[in-house]
Amino acid sequence: MKLKTLAVAGAIALALATTPAAAKTFRYAFQGDLNALDPYTLNESFTLGALGNVYEGLTKRDKDLKIIPGLAERWEIVDPLKWRFYLRKGVKFHGGEDFTADDVLFSTDRMRSPGSQMTSRAPRDMKAVKVDDHTVDFVLTSPNPILHAEWDTWYMMSKKWAEANGAVQAQMSSATSLNPFALKSNGTGPFTIVSHEHGVKTVYKPNPNWWGKPEHNLTEVTFQTIKSDATRVAALLSGDIDMMDPVPVQDIDRLKSSANATAMIGPEIRTIFLNMDSMREELLYSSVKGKNPFKDARVRKAFYQAIDMEAIHTKVMRGMSVNSALMISPLLYARAAEFKRHPYDVAAAKKLLTEAGYPEGFEVVMDCPNDRYVNDEGICQAVAQMLSRIDIKVKLNAQPKAKYFQKVLATSKYDSSFSLLGWTPGSLDSWNILENIIGCRDADGKGAAFNLGGWCNPRITELNKLILVESDTKKRDELIAEAFRINHEEVGLIPLHQQSLIWGVSKKVQQMVLRADNQILFYWTKMQ
Amino acid sequence: MLAFAIRRLLEAAFVMVTVALLAFVLFRFVGDPVNQMVGQDTSLEDRQRLRQELGLDDPVAVQFGRFVANAVRFEFGISYQMKQPVTTIISERAPATLELAFVAALFAVALGIPMGVYTGIHRDSWLSKIFLTVSLIGISLPTFLIGILLIYVFAVMLGVLPSFGRGEVVRIGFWRTGLLTTSGLKALILPAVTLGLFQMTLVTRLVRSEMLEVLRTDYIKFARARGLTQRAVNFGHALRNTLVPVITVIGLQLGAIIAFAIITETVFQWPGMGLMFIQAVQNADIPVMAAYLMLVAFLFVLINFIVDLIYVRVDPRIRIYGRGV
Repeated sequence: MKLKTLAVAGAIALALATTPAAAKTFRYAFQGDLNALDPYTLNESFTLGALGNVYEGLTKRDKDLKIIPGLAERWEIVDPLKWRFYLRKGVKFHGGEDFTADDVLFSTDRMRSPGSQMTSRAPRDMKAVKVDDHTVDFVLTSPNPILHAEWDTWYMMSKKWAEANGAVQAQMSSATSLNPFALKSNGTGPFTIVSHEHGVKTVYKPNPNWWGKPEHNLTEVTFQTIKSDATRVAALLSGDIDMMDPVPVQDIDRLKSSANATAMIGPEIRTIFLNMDSMREELLYSSVKGKNPFKDARVRKAFYQAIDMEAIHTKVMRGMSVNSALMISPLLYARAAEFKRHPYDVAAAKKLLTEAGYPEGFEVVMDCPNDRYVNDEGICQAVAQMLSRIDIKVKLNAQPKAKYFQKVLATSKYDSSFSLLGWTPGSLDSWNILENIIGCRDADGKGAAFNLGGWCNPRITELNKLILVESDTKKRDELIAEAFRINHEEVGLIPLHQQSLIWGVSKKVQQMVLRADNQILFYWTKMQ
Repeated sequence: MLAFAIRRLLEAAFVMVTVALLAFVLFRFVGDPVNQMVGQDTSLEDRQRLRQELGLDDPVAVQFGRFVANAVRFEFGISYQMKQPVTTIISERAPATLELAFVAALFAVALGIPMGVYTGIHRDSWLSKIFLTVSLIGISLPTFLIGILLIYVFAVMLGVLPSFGRGEVVRIGFWRTGLLTTSGLKALILPAVTLGLFQMTLVTRLVRSEMLEVLRTDYIKFARARGLTQRAVNFGHALRNTLVPVITVIGLQLGAIIAFAIITETVFQWPGMGLMFIQAVQNADIPVMAAYLMLVAFLFVLINFIVDLIYVRVDPRIRIYGRGV
């Protein structure tokens, strides 16, 4: 009894002696909330990033987005239809459960359960087969060289724990069902969530039993939402937080000139582009009746060449963007350097428009979000202004994202003639772009559902089928180049730029990794 | 008296139903909640399925009927974004807003009344002019500007007060209070001043004009003539007679402070109902919006009802009118 008391007292004394010196709390803020702790509820980069500190996939991605081993030590493609994953041994979940092949099989089923938004992580007909406790085969019906491309955010969950906590099915996004599990977490990752108060505060603590070697020196992490841009900047400047995202473009200089904070800037992988309705026989919102000017490649190219991207880069984006000739970030496609933008040339654009039979120009309505991408409305205003130089009168219809997406997507049958959109390929691969954005679709959205303009060259759909199953990287890149070249020449969609990621970071932070997918992963963060 | 109360209650019920209907019609124009709930890669079939599960494809009349039927049982559904029952979210968020509103109102009254009295009595003194200038700023600057200004001065430049949030909170039953911790009290100062500044100005100006009015009346002159002290005249007689309209205005303003703390809460990231509402609007989170609007309507109906009842007690003319009709 006495001994025990003494030991406890000793432990407390030790804790008191060591804690103040070693305590390193990293406090960060984001403009949005952490909306779900169920890692299958929301397929959205902030949530996936926040949970990526707690949960882990079979694979991970390193600081440069390269695929590296995660909960699988290694994997091999036994034959094109069978991938074998060797699981890391001795891994435990936060709740103490061992990580085994059964958990992988369970996570495969759960990923496909009705409430899950992660169904796109693997082909629907893929089967997971347990070989032994630490080996799993994934059996496919058609070859897929990028099968594991998105598995870094397909987080493994414990079967035992899920069954004990009523979490066998993913938390539905719909209002009719509520899973008590929606506010709990149990991963294998370097951090555990100690408390989560939605919209207010989330507290993380390091997981002392993590299998890897920590690359951080934190003892606690707190996350808070700060909605207002000005407040977020003020909170960082006053030292109330150590890191925040995003920094409004106009505040970068103020951060850089401040004594306690600075701005980290890097390229983001989202591409911003313009869609033109080249599917309908007559545009819904235009002065041209009886025909659709966007069906003519010359009109589309005239639009392209009339837009001065340099001006948008310097004036609207204040230098915080990289102009793009491609529909994908150059970070994600090896041969991106081969592509150059069509030059900005008002005279050439005017000539093209005249040749196409519109010497007087025409009117068109442009749909634009005003709270979705960096300075989205500003970009649209600039585009409208620039197009007026070739006598295209653009009427701008800028709306909040909830309204905008309701109008332009398949749900309203693509009710738009000319619009601005941004896209990040979830798999960080060109196939995703071709499949969702550039390929053909029908009027209801079957096919490339997010090709808002409906521009279609059947060769791209053909190429994309080949790209999906081609395992040879060189050949695959050639096929992708051909598809991108078609879009470039015919100007099916007009790529604009990749916006920059801007994080505000306190000078107390010694090391922080700004990854191009904008996931805030603090397991690489070191504080003074 | 009873008939009067019952008629008022019926009217209140009518107001509530009207607000519900108006809110519901408005929701048709806030945008599509489904796109805010799914990731960009979610297939069209999955989006459509979600839409059906949420009942968004049903006719408006059916949706409205369902909403009212649930609302009378205090069921407002589950937030699309937060995946929790709306009643839980509101009961968690309400204490923050109520504490903020209460302290802001206290600030407005505690400073507004003395300033009003002073400027009423000493009309031409330089201090009065300063008070009136300050109150002019309070009434003319928009709330978010005042908030940002205060943050920059007290958090960024001086570093004495926190720039956002509510500080540490203590849980007493279901009520989480920030009034019992130092950091909680410090965090309360800036938002309370921001929110209360306009009301303080209002109270100051109201008290001042009432004082000017009252000080001219005969009974004050008589009181002076009888040789009562200045203090007794000003506070015992004059101020007391100015308070009836002041109390009415403060009562109604309290409702406004609670309901429309939205901007202050956004600027200070104060985790109350206003912040919850603005987030719900941005994400077209209909259950939260509906419940919040109903709550605000209820609050105003309740305050008006109480004020009406007090009037009846105070003013016999209303009582007679109530019986006669």
